[in-house]
Amino acid sequence: MSQVQERISQDVSNNKVVIYMKGTPEMPRCGFSAATVQVLQSLDVPFKAVDVLADPEVWQGVKEFSDWPTIPQVFIGGQFIGGCDIVREMHARGELAPLLQKEKTTQA
Amino acid sequence: MGADTTARSLEAALTHAFAPVHLEIEDDSARHAGHAGAAGGGRHFNITLVSAAFDGHSLLEQHRMVNAVLKDLLGGEIHALGLHTVPATEWEKGGSEE
Repeated sequence: MSQVQERISQDVSNNKVVIYMKGTPEMPRCGFSAATVQVLQSLDVPFKAVDVLADPEVWQGVKEFSDWPTIPQVFIGGQFIGGCDIVREMHARGELAPLLQKEKTTQA
Repeated sequence: MGADTTARSLEAALTHAFAPVHLEIEDDSARHAGHAGAAGGGRHFNITLVSAAFDGHSLLEQHRMVNAVLKDLLGGEIHALGLHTVPATEWEKGGSEE
């Protein structure tokens, strides 16, 4: 595994919720990233945000890691969940909160 | 390549791959032009795709199926994709309620 793949693997394993996004939660640089961060924030869970615009290696690396062509990307409990559309739709169906709750419990 | 050409080739590829019950393609590129995330160029489409091919597949699997088709067609050309996939069985259920 390359160094960047190793780093991504560690990040998603060591943090319950990780989002790879364009910009930061405070200043998103793309509407899709902004919308996805909003969902995570509304769920009131701590999450790690990685700005891919600040690190082109991670930008390319995470696409290969998850075999997913676009940013943002959300990982929960080390599992790739999906991009903006999937996260928003799962949230609308009420499927995201239980998933996060499970991770919270596991953490405790 | 004109906007219309890409939308049409998308339509052709998706129709061929998924024999959709319902397909909508909206070119939303203009709204996203010039913002930082689009610096590398590329286009933005909103696609709604209803197909029996999605029956029994998770949302992530459905999106992966579409991504696989679009990857061959467009490579890096699409900056972003709004994708709404619906299994045909769920679409029919929704329709009967109206």
